[in-house]
Amino acid sequence: MPYIDVRDVCVRHGKNETLRHAGFEAERGDIVSFIGPSGSGKTTFLRTLIGLQPVWQGQMDVHGRNVDMAAPASARILREQAAIVFQQYGLFGHMSVLRNLTLAPTVVAKRSRREAEHEARALLERLGLADKADVLPADLSGGQKQRVAIARALMLRPALLLLDEPTSALDPHKVRDVGVLLRDLAQDGMTIIQVSHAMGVVSSLSDRIVLLEDGQVRAVGTGRGYAAQQPDIAAFMNTHGGDAATDPAGSRSDPDH
Amino acid sequence: MQIWSWHGFFTYLGSPYIFRGALITVIMTVVSMMMGFLLGLLTAVMKRSQHRVLSWPARFYVWFFRGTPLLVQLVVIYTGLPKLDIRLSVLACSIIGLTLNEAAYLAEIIRAGLNAVPTGQIAAARALGLSERQIAWRIAFPQAFRLIIPPLGNSVNGLLKTTSVTSVISMEELMQRSQILVQDQFMVLELFSVAALYYLLMTTAWDFLQRRIEHYAERPYRRQQKTAAVEAIELPATTQDAR
Repeated sequence: MPYIDVRDVCVRHGKNETLRHAGFEAERGDIVSFIGPSGSGKTTFLRTLIGLQPVWQGQMDVHGRNVDMAAPASARILREQAAIVFQQYGLFGHMSVLRNLTLAPTVVAKRSRREAEHEARALLERLGLADKADVLPADLSGGQKQRVAIARALMLRPALLLLDEPTSALDPHKVRDVGVLLRDLAQDGMTIIQVSHAMGVVSSLSDRIVLLEDGQVRAVGTGRGYAAQQPDIAAFMNTHGGDAATDPAGSRSDPDH
Repeated sequence: MQIWSWHGFFTYLGSPYIFRGALITVIMTVVSMMMGFLLGLLTAVMKRSQHRVLSWPARFYVWFFRGTPLLVQLVVIYTGLPKLDIRLSVLACSIIGLTLNEAAYLAEIIRAGLNAVPTGQIAAARALGLSERQIAWRIAFPQAFRLIIPPLGNSVNGLLKTTSVTSVISMEELMQRSQILVQDQFMVLELFSVAALYYLLMTTAWDFLQRRIEHYAERPYRRQQKTAAVEAIELPATTQDAR
């Protein structure tokens, strides 16, 4: 039985079905990439995994636990399993980096502030942000903001780390750093699911690639270094930016967001 | 008849009758502002709601109380409530009228502040598992509050002077009492100068208070500036080392 198994996810907007029986599997420590044309439903799919997008139906088995994704209480359960890093990070502007990290652990998980701060400082240290603990988000560079957002997500000790376009807002030379970081996290047993337009990053990083088209899973490629060789995926990648390290211009106007 | 009487001016300036009128003005302003803020906050949150059951009453309320003159609202409250067998003092009626009117304007100011909080932060807070209430109190309100202090200051200033409208329901506040004395001795200029001086004094006191509130709201950001300043000093040194 795979570590995470998502099945039969349907999302409807009125009569419009933006996601139709979508699903995927992944093992622990896998990096899974959702790719597909604009409007294919990949960001919607990602958001269903953390209960930010209500679903018509859908099942998730994760970490030995079954979640009925359409149940009203599923959002809370999903948020215990997963954490998300948004494209624009969503760091709390009036709080220091440290407080951004400790807020959810203290007010949601009710851990002690001292313990949470201790863990937060260790995480910041690991991500090379030890000196930024007392700084406000506005004073960080784009790459630093992203690492803070990742650290904030990791504070929840999630089984799944979701990332929406992790490289699209970064300078090209920062893209490689993120890849290294994600690979590190995956090696420690974190299962990572990302939506990406950066085909170079996708093909070098992914253990699985899920190609979405028109709300459906069109193809799945598996195996690091091989996933991108699946014929449909290779064809899609050839027509969508080849090995471009960064997102081709226009991701901000993508209707997915 | 002389043009200006210093004696008259100072007599009125020291008059307990006028002073108590000013005190009533302050009381009406403070109480109406505080209650108006709470009601305005509630209205703003309701108006932003996706549920029509909540947003429509809030819209109607703002539309109605911003769209009709305070003078009319006060008269309706003052003459209407006794007909429902609710008997309140003139002061209570004045405060109710001012509160209802002010809340409608404050609701829009507060709504603007809440709208200015980036939606990405709200989504992030939700994904982190914070409840809607926690998101409101810990993420949205603190950031919105900082933004709305300057327009709130305008509102307090405006309200201080708007309280004079309550004279139509015979509320004896600063302006009304000045006018009563004018009819007695006809020292128009002296009396109104005294009243103006009182208003200036009150708005000055508010200015001072507003700066303190702003100072408080800027606290987290100030600590930031300090850090930035330290970095700015250290930066040239490192550049030199590099050479």
